[in-house]
Amino acid sequence: MSPAVMWKRFFADKGPASVNPGLIVALVVVFVVLCFTSPYFLTSTNLLNIAKALVVAGIAAAGETIVIIAGGFDLSIGSTMAASGMLSAYMLDSGFPISIAFACSILLGVLIGATNGTIISYFRVNPLITTLAMLAIIRGLAFVISDGREIVITNQTWLALGTGKFLGIPLIVLLLVALYLAFMFIIPRTTFGRYIYAIGSNARAARLAGVAVNRWLLTIYITCGATAALAGLMLAARTGNARPAAAMGFELDVITAVILGGASLKGGRGTIVGTAVGLMLLFMINNGLTLAQVPSFWQQVVKGMILLAAVLYDEIRRGRTDDT
Amino acid sequence: MSTPPTDEAATEPGGVSQSGAAPGGRTPLIELSGITKTFGGNLALEHVDLTIGSSESVGIIGDNGAGKSTLVKILSGVYRPTSGEMNLAGKKVDFHSPLDARKNGIEMIYQDLALCGDLDIAANIFLGRELKRRVGPFKFLDRDRMAEIAQNDVANLGLDLDVHREVGKLSGGERQMVAVARALQFKPRALLMDEPTAALSTEKIKKLLELIGELKTRGVSILLVSHRFTDILHVCDRVVVIRGGKVAGEMLPREHSTADAMARMTELMTGDLLENGAVH
Repeated sequence: MSPAVMWKRFFADKGPASVNPGLIVALVVVFVVLCFTSPYFLTSTNLLNIAKALVVAGIAAAGETIVIIAGGFDLSIGSTMAASGMLSAYMLDSGFPISIAFACSILLGVLIGATNGTIISYFRVNPLITTLAMLAIIRGLAFVISDGREIVITNQTWLALGTGKFLGIPLIVLLLVALYLAFMFIIPRTTFGRYIYAIGSNARAARLAGVAVNRWLLTIYITCGATAALAGLMLAARTGNARPAAAMGFELDVITAVILGGASLKGGRGTIVGTAVGLMLLFMINNGLTLAQVPSFWQQVVKGMILLAAVLYDEIRRGRTDDT
Repeated sequence: MSTPPTDEAATEPGGVSQSGAAPGGRTPLIELSGITKTFGGNLALEHVDLTIGSSESVGIIGDNGAGKSTLVKILSGVYRPTSGEMNLAGKKVDFHSPLDARKNGIEMIYQDLALCGDLDIAANIFLGRELKRRVGPFKFLDRDRMAEIAQNDVANLGLDLDVHREVGKLSGGERQMVAVARALQFKPRALLMDEPTAALSTEKIKKLLELIGELKTRGVSILLVSHRFTDILHVCDRVVVIRGGKVAGEMLPREHSTADAMARMTELMTGDLLENGAVH
């Protein structure tokens, strides 16, 4: 089996799941440009910094990718991340073992995802509005319950997740790689993966073909809630604290990476590999701007422009395909 | 091809009847009796009786809003009737979803084809009924087997298409054939078609009508909803006319000249009598 065939068979289903080669080219171009413009870019410390910065967004982006491919949207991931971190921090302070605390945090993400999914699929409420409301509710509750105070994490196991290494590679990077490999394996090979694309492509057609669309949408939002909760735990591990204001505005990074990676806001298109490439591209640009000492407010402007450009590109590409 | 039914008892003189009676000489496959469907306060279908025999092709015509689509959607499990009874091969059935209808051997080809443009041909053909293979406690999609079967399906329809192609990138005629291939994949007892020729070229229409004829010889019952009288007359053993949510009448096209059949169908559709080709 040739490497090209192996790549296709393992990483991607044919057709909609293929990664846009233009994205790979963009990644290479940005990489080469940064290599020449900054002497610090190609240092191992800097590349590791990019990887660490990317990890938390990457975990949340895995769930957001499948939601967007299924034609949905989840704005509540940042709030879910904050709530997840805070719940575990409270439980550890109250004497619970870390395994129980983490399980409860993931369960909280599942519950938030299930609420989103139920309202969106069974009550047919627009996902943007539903998850925007959920964003406000969860964030607000996090502030109310904590009274706005942060909790410093003292649990060494939790902190080790953010700082520990295995064979020189940070543990959280390994976790991200494992998560992405699992998604890459599952999506092309299971009905779950196939129905994500079918629902995003034409939910009515999927329903008429006998696909339990509402139930699958619920599962998709639950998965997104769970990955956001996991991302929240990793964010707290990296920063060493759990704050009600954590991951505020995080949605922008995650959604930009997913759309940049080729997922279509109209659903039916996108890949987990594409999201990985989108993340690398976005965080390399961020890093390049930081190395060039561009003020952080300008970095926000650039991020917004990248998102807009990615959405416009998707619209143009999609329009061309729809015309055929 | 099956022989045209000649049961005069089922029709009024001139081949026009006022009820959905059983076709002569055929075993009834689908029997609807007293089907009524209301949407809110609107009556879409009122006490419709209709029988479709085994290997019979029945055409449904009617004006826009007459209730044709509602009728096929009830048969295909999209809607549940407000009242009335449906029997399939003598057994009472109550479809709660399109999947129920498909499980009972009733396939539907929708007017918009209901395909997922971002999925490939093979994935569309098997959508909702994917083949899986077991690996330990897990079940994975059997993509190779589905692709192989789908490739045979499209080849059997005379198409030279790679089943890994995305459906959204196919022509209208090719998409239509994918919908047909999907409907035939699970060997249906009855095939319902809602305006199947609407988006096709003359050449593709001819092919589709030939295919319908061939399916009848294979024992598949056909229900064809179309605005094109010529298509209906070409392939249908019997034509049922719906007007205002009721069965206005039915006729056996092969007992009439084309002009006469067209005139009678128009009469039944509009409720006006035709004399010398003019509607009064």
